[in-house]
Amino acid sequence: MFYLDDIGRYFLMLKKVFSRMTKGSVLRSLIFKEIDDLIIGSLGITVFLAFFIGAVIAIQTALNLTNPLIPKQLIGFASRQSMILEFAPTFLSVIMAGKVGSFITSSIGTMRVTEQIDALEVMGINSLNYLVFPKIVAMFMYPFIIAIAMFVGVFGAYIAGVYGGFVSGSEFLTGLREEFIPYHLIYAFIKTFIFAFLLATIPSFHGYYMTGGALGVGKASTSAFVWTTVVIVTSNYILTQLLLS
Amino acid sequence: MIEVKDIHKSFSGEQILKGITTTFERGKTNLIIGTSGSGKTVFLKCMLGLFTPEEGSICYDGATYSDLSTEEQRNLREQMGMVFQGSALFDSMTVEENVMFPLMMFTKQKKEEMRERVNEVLDRVNLENANNKLPSEISGGMQKRVAIARAIVTKPKYLFCDEPNSGLDPRTAIVIDNLIKEITEEYDITTVINTHDMNSVMEIGEKIVFLKYGNLEWEGDKTQIFKTDNEAVTDFVYSSNLFKKVRDAQLKGL
Repeated sequence: MFYLDDIGRYFLMLKKVFSRMTKGSVLRSLIFKEIDDLIIGSLGITVFLAFFIGAVIAIQTALNLTNPLIPKQLIGFASRQSMILEFAPTFLSVIMAGKVGSFITSSIGTMRVTEQIDALEVMGINSLNYLVFPKIVAMFMYPFIIAIAMFVGVFGAYIAGVYGGFVSGSEFLTGLREEFIPYHLIYAFIKTFIFAFLLATIPSFHGYYMTGGALGVGKASTSAFVWTTVVIVTSNYILTQLLLS
Repeated sequence: MIEVKDIHKSFSGEQILKGITTTFERGKTNLIIGTSGSGKTVFLKCMLGLFTPEEGSICYDGATYSDLSTEEQRNLREQMGMVFQGSALFDSMTVEENVMFPLMMFTKQKKEEMRERVNEVLDRVNLENANNKLPSEISGGMQKRVAIARAIVTKPKYLFCDEPNSGLDPRTAIVIDNLIKEITEEYDITTVINTHDMNSVMEIGEKIVFLKYGNLEWEGDKTQIFKTDNEAVTDFVYSSNLFKKVRDAQLKGL
């Protein structure tokens, strides 16, 4: 019953987020600020993770190719498929649930504790629209990060595979181009858009409706991370079933 | 003028406000006093529209809040200014941006006009050369002044203050109290202050409402509060040793 209540409140929150819009000029500056905080601020860690995970995928694949009948170009193929289908959209989103999610929850939660949200409401401002809507719009730039992560991940795989002596450059590139299905990119970006929406709204929900003081902010951040991850992983399964099978 | 008629409010089955009826007049500093847990903050938040009472009504110059449309309620809220206990300044904004915020949200003024008005109210609350500082870079007393400036920048008709001098040293507290009183008279607004500070009562209590366990126990002004024989009020007033000594001295004719 408790979870059903929360799910209901989440959807009611979404309704309020899209009603009584904040003044356009104010909203515009808020969106740019959120893009800076949520997207640009996440670029560094995303590139770093993608590069090394791509490299590890290439090494792991190479080390498991013990049968001489299996061509080495499979390393390029496996790296591409892993990065595009799962690592970039899903695995990175789980990491972002920790980085972006906890930032959103703690910033909104602190505003709740220090009565800044009450101050907005007293002024007659729709605080949910003011606080959450710019985050949702900013997170529509999230596929931009994922696209970079895909590229950097494959580049990392190339560096590790070729310079580690596991595969030649031409073999890797042949595998990379082999049986490429453009729809896989569409699938990956559909997932990314949905995860972006979840990353913006679930942590906002936990921050906005948190109770208690500083300890409450900590608890809300933790539960925001857990629930965002659970919903991302579950919806990943459902979307894969719907879009690929 | 704010007229409160028989308002009730409860949380999780616990009755917090049990039928409060009173009026707060324009141009006066109206004080709500009472011990912690007496329902002062809930009462104030009901008047601000942050909580909806289950029963009763609150009228603002004849307009009953619950009878207004959402649009009208929003317009009414734009005429309210609020000074929160912890100031509630937006910590990512500078002092100037904080004070300018209501103007940006609700007016179509040019940036220069807004800046002019901001400087005018910052001067009024005796805060100069702090425009570009963040709330974390100024003292508690200065934060309260910024909060007052933000509350009055749109020239509201109603000003609400939740324990405006809590956490301040006695001297700064008196300065803030007097500032609120001066602004109330100057702008001719209805001011309601939530406090448990007897010094505030002595300084600015033109109308005092005493709450106890969600009931309106007593109402009067700052001269009447020292003469009342209401036990709950005298317990509250003379819980301070200083006031007790003053009363004893008076009784002894000293």
